[in-house]
Amino acid sequence: MPMLETNIKKDVEPPISHTEIGGEETPLQLIIKRFMKHRLAVAGSILMLLIILMAIFAPVIAPKDPYQVYDEFSAPPSAEHWLGTDQVGRDLFTRLIYASRVSMAVGLGAVLIYTLIGTILGAVSGYFGGWVDIVLMRLTDVFMSFPGLMLILVVVSILGPSLFNIIWILGLLGWPAVARLVRGTVLSLKHVDYVKSGVVLGLSTPRILFQHILPNAIAPILVQATFGIAAAIIVEASLSFLGMGVQPPTASWGNMLTDAQSLTVLTDQPWLWVPPGVMIVIVVLAINFIGDGLRDALDPKTLK
Amino acid sequence: MKPLLEVNQIQIAFESDSEEVISVEEVSFSVNPGETIGIVGESGCGKSVTSLSIMGLLGKNGKVNKGQILFGEEDLTKVSNQRIRDIRGNEISMIFQEPMTSLNPVFTIGNQMIEGIKLHLKMNPKAAKEYAVEMLKKVGIPRANEIMKEYPHALSGGMRQRVMIAMALACKPKLLIADEPTTALDVTIQAQILELMKTLQKESNTAIMLITHDLGVIAETADRVIVMYAGQVVEEADVFTLFKEPKHPYTQGLMASIPHLEYESEQRLASIPGSVPSIKHMPAGCRFHTRCPYATERCEQEQPRLKDVQAGHKVRCWLTEEDGLRTNSDQPKEEIFT
Repeated sequence: MPMLETNIKKDVEPPISHTEIGGEETPLQLIIKRFMKHRLAVAGSILMLLIILMAIFAPVIAPKDPYQVYDEFSAPPSAEHWLGTDQVGRDLFTRLIYASRVSMAVGLGAVLIYTLIGTILGAVSGYFGGWVDIVLMRLTDVFMSFPGLMLILVVVSILGPSLFNIIWILGLLGWPAVARLVRGTVLSLKHVDYVKSGVVLGLSTPRILFQHILPNAIAPILVQATFGIAAAIIVEASLSFLGMGVQPPTASWGNMLTDAQSLTVLTDQPWLWVPPGVMIVIVVLAINFIGDGLRDALDPKTLK
Repeated sequence: MKPLLEVNQIQIAFESDSEEVISVEEVSFSVNPGETIGIVGESGCGKSVTSLSIMGLLGKNGKVNKGQILFGEEDLTKVSNQRIRDIRGNEISMIFQEPMTSLNPVFTIGNQMIEGIKLHLKMNPKAAKEYAVEMLKKVGIPRANEIMKEYPHALSGGMRQRVMIAMALACKPKLLIADEPTTALDVTIQAQILELMKTLQKESNTAIMLITHDLGVIAETADRVIVMYAGQVVEEADVFTLFKEPKHPYTQGLMASIPHLEYESEQRLASIPGSVPSIKHMPAGCRFHTRCPYATERCEQEQPRLKDVQAGHKVRCWLTEEDGLRTNSDQPKEEIFT
């Protein structure tokens, strides 16, 4: 028996071995590693980076002035005008480059606005619950039950179509989905032990909500926002196509497509509408691939 | 000596869909500075609820209906939100059962340590960092400087519980509430953590309220023990008295159900028959009478009060009041419950 006791005593305080603290990668490194494995997402990111650079440095890259009218209109591609000219006689390649600015502005601007609104409302709703939750969620339901495109068309026709108007209308209409998403995440996070420890430490409620809970909810928000950018670009293109969006002479991929409303253009002058159409498809695809990659990389359940 | 914390006849109720459910009733006890008080009981007997009520963490549906929780001069059931936030983490801290989920996965250990220190001790970032490293060293974490930059996932459960203790004790609280601090850890780590808590307690004269269902842990650490059953305190005594002479039949049952090394291999472990009554349907009279081997008619009708049987030994039982009916302490307790 005494032998046994001394043995037990020794066991009680073994030196803490260094293997207990793994030299693993930080979560961020792990996410980057997982993202890199998603080939399409990487390709999409590179493409988007190029398009963003193109939008920023449009005046440097574009060979011509987007508003200058040349003698020949609806001219097919040539050495002088790489993608030809439009029906008014402006250089199409130049306009294609400038139009990327519109799409990026709408995509990023609108999503930034509605993600911000949605995140704050959703977080508050989920964390406080009770009547705050009820009021905010019914408001969300109301906003979700509006037929979106119709409403946008009405508002635009009242306020007048412009790039700025489109951005904030999309921004004010897009938040319900984000709010619901964030609310759900916050609901599941608020009973987690580390939130309780935060409360026990005496931290203030806003601090717990915005500094401790939200960073843990960032993954789904980021994924949602990424897909949201693609959706916003498509809506802008549709509105501009219908003439309710960005107004000429400002170039946008959507209003460049407007030319394709005529059957002769559609069949005989493909250089007028194929390039902007292709650009929309490429950008939206690239963003969706990035979104897919992000979702897989940020989801702790996907292994490696 | 004036007690640090005095819980006085509290009743805690939770609002359910249609009615109010009383979870804890007539609970009183006090904690002196530097003392370790153990609270034992089965799941659902109200031990965690009692501790949460001290921290003001009962949530929206729970509230203290009656009684006072005196901390120093203040009644914690009445203080403002601002004041309770100042108390939390500073004068009263708490550590939880599950160290694996008690740390925020997206911040480094250092970040989380420094946050509380900056908030309560009003230190500048550099001093707070140095102090955090010092605290980590104190709880026996090697390479404290490097650990400050690690994320929680890189640490084992025992290490995380050490970090939690370091955080809880950083502001030198007067009272530490430990809600099953070692339940999720394996036995060797358990012993280390308890040892650590005791050492740090001596240094800082912090009182500890240890909530557990593990009588071994109680025997090892507590000075005084409170046994709770179905939302009430049924027995309170210093740890030696309680283990030597448990007076309440429930406590006796608990003691009898601990496995002993000298048991024969065929011997079955003693158990208390029946199960804890639901809080919605509490039996009339003594709450333990449905499971008590000594229950009398009186037990079924009248509720006993918590009464002193000796100095510092309180029991809630008719048997101890009517001395004649008391259990014969010569009789081996195990047999009664087998």
